[in-house]
Amino acid sequence: MLLDVILCGMILAVALAAVSGLGVFRAVVFFVVHGVLVSMAWLRLDAVDVALAEAAIGAGLTGVLLLSAVARLERLAGGGAWRQRVNVLPAGLAAAGVTGALMWAFLGLPQPAGLGAEVAAALPRAGVENPVTAVLLNFRGWDTLLESVVLLAALVGVWALTADDDWGARAGVAQHAAPGGVLEGFGRVLPPLGLMVGVYLVWAGAAGPGGAFQGGTVLAAVALLLAMAGLAPAPRVGAPALRLALVAGPAVFLGVGVAGLAWGGFLRLPPDIAKPLILTIEAALTLSIAVTLALLVLGRPEPGDGA
Amino acid sequence: MIDALDGIDGLRDAASMALTGLGLAFFVAGTLGLVRFPDSFSRLHALTKADNLGLGFLALGLALQADHWGQVLRLALIWGLALIAAGIAAQLVARAALAEAARRRR
Amino acid sequence: MIDPALLYGLTGAAVVGLGLYGFLSLRHLLRRVLAFNVVGSGIFLMFGAAGYRGAVAEGTAGADPVPQALIITGIVVALAATALAVGLILAHARATGRRTLPEDDT
Repeated sequence: MLLDVILCGMILAVALAAVSGLGVFRAVVFFVVHGVLVSMAWLRLDAVDVALAEAAIGAGLTGVLLLSAVARLERLAGGGAWRQRVNVLPAGLAAAGVTGALMWAFLGLPQPAGLGAEVAAALPRAGVENPVTAVLLNFRGWDTLLESVVLLAALVGVWALTADDDWGARAGVAQHAAPGGVLEGFGRVLPPLGLMVGVYLVWAGAAGPGGAFQGGTVLAAVALLLAMAGLAPAPRVGAPALRLALVAGPAVFLGVGVAGLAWGGFLRLPPDIAKPLILTIEAALTLSIAVTLALLVLGRPEPGDGA
Repeated sequence: MIDALDGIDGLRDAASMALTGLGLAFFVAGTLGLVRFPDSFSRLHALTKADNLGLGFLALGLALQADHWGQVLRLALIWGLALIAAGIAAQLVARAALAEAARRRR
Repeated sequence: MIDPALLYGLTGAAVVGLGLYGFLSLRHLLRRVLAFNVVGSGIFLMFGAAGYRGAVAEGTAGADPVPQALIITGIVVALAATALAVGLILAHARATGRRTLPEDDT
């Protein structure tokens, strides 16, 4: 209980530091710390799968994305003194009002019934033992299928911003790591371990905490490290093999869903073969998630804009 | 070591507490250094040295509570990865600080 | 003795407020996107805390898996939206040389 109070206080303090104060770099650092603390809050709420996702995606990948955006933005539009804030008083009043309303609504919530018992009752037919994975890939397969399409759509949006001359170039800005430097050494040590951890998280997700999103994020981080250390250049956007990797997950998911029509409905998985079907979907989905997330963080190709 | 302590749970718990307590002390020292030291390099020194040791003692204390060797192995892996990551990050931050200092002198 | 789920739910509400304040008052576009992510994490926290209350009320082991799955989906979608927003901000900065929106230039 004392731990919860301290943790909540730290979450609030760090969130305040992330939205106040000067300097965008400092704000991003506080945001990453905020993500790590929130992921600890998820552990306290018995949501280990969410904690993994928050730490890997909410804190890790978002942090990398924002930090590299800070550096790129400073080069594009750096310098010059200007006012940091506008409308401080109305914004503060609006925020206080919304917070008050939300707290009042939360306190007034009827004791929620929850779906845990129903999920537990249906779990033997789901093909996996981890209830969260069962919900993600079986009971609420619709959400996850459309989510994988949303990821793809976001990448299409980022790529659509590419300058005409840059299409077909390597994703992101050119990376320069010192040859033989520490980053390159790190880039050689970590990927084998990262691959193992990523695949393990996907495999373990059937029975315990983990899954395609968490494992895919670790794999994306490995790919990003390789690109940043200059060991493996980022792929060229629009390459056929890359497109195939991007659509593999949604396509396999959709295919299994359509095949489910023969069994009784779209995205229905027959209980007898639910486990191999889920593993097939997860394997393809992990590949697509890893590639899509890495490319989202790298951004549009800007070959003329070296880091 | 774990086998020898089996059956003497009290002793094992005491050792766990002592080790995690020691680890926490290192974390406090490292944080103090991070807040109080004057420049980037000494702050890095305080942070990496103390936190690596702190995490090591924490892992050691937790390893005593492990049910089987797989968990001990995973704890060791986590510590090893954190060691490598902290070392690399310290190198990169120090290099950036050095470049910044050189730029300021010019 | 407060229910921990209640504590985290109220914390989530306050985090939403802090994020909203940043979103409305900050001019730097990246900081606005960051503040929007803070709002998202507060909403997830409220949702997860409500789900935890439901699971406690039911007496089932572990938190309710349905909100957990939805929150994981939400975290991933938030990253996708952030990446698209960052791409747009960079394109805006490249086109205009600014990191703020014209209507905020007062």
